[in-house]
Amino acid sequence: MNGQRQYELVYVVSPQASEQEVTDLHAQIEATVARFGAQIAKTDNWGRRKLAYEIGGHKEATYVLEVIDGAGDVMKEIDRRLKVNEQVLRHLIVRVDEELRAAERTRARRQVEAQRRAAKRPAPPPASTETPVVPAEGAGEEEFGEEPEA
Amino acid sequence: MADERRGGGGRGRGGQRGGAATKEMGQRRSLFRRRKVCKFCADKIDYIDYKDVRMLTPFVPERGKILPRRISGVCAAHQRKLQTAIKRARQLALVPYVTD
Repeated sequence: MNGQRQYELVYVVSPQASEQEVTDLHAQIEATVARFGAQIAKTDNWGRRKLAYEIGGHKEATYVLEVIDGAGDVMKEIDRRLKVNEQVLRHLIVRVDEELRAAERTRARRQVEAQRRAAKRPAPPPASTETPVVPAEGAGEEEFGEEPEA
Repeated sequence: MADERRGGGGRGRGGQRGGAATKEMGQRRSLFRRRKVCKFCADKIDYIDYKDVRMLTPFVPERGKILPRRISGVCAAHQRKLQTAIKRARQLALVPYVTD
């Protein structure tokens, strides 16, 4: 139960690598993932993108994103393999399950909050759910700003 | 001794100048100050994705530095998330470290 985590892996492949090499790399990762009993939840090839800065003389490169569900040891192995591979200019592994869960929680909390506010005060437009927050925050500041003018 | 005095004088003058400047600024600010609202709170974005370059670029000005929140008006919680997102994006060359 504890071993199930979600990771995002993005790797940047040299523009000199052919399309075949990129797919080979993906196949290699797929094989390692399968060997460790994990799954690839999503794969997304962003294609060629301009780099924000030059890496090893390259100005653009191919980006591939993989979302992997599995334990930490899979990522360790993938990390090791990508480090060795010379076609891979950069790679980044981020554990996302906790962050996404936290985001989900805040969204749920906000929804509950909005419902409670709507129940308290029958405000007809649906967009008004956030208005009670804004004036409460800005009231002090606005006074501050307007006093010298008046 | 002389150094100390000079230092003290400098500090004093600096303080005066600073005071005058802030007063001026205060007045000017009060004339046309717009209340800044955190963009992420307004748009209800809970997760700032490092892969979403279009979301990050407004907070990475020309020079490549992260825009301070006193300018952008982003709330503290979102600035922290934005910071990690920008730093991750930098590693992947999605966003620059420096530009000149």
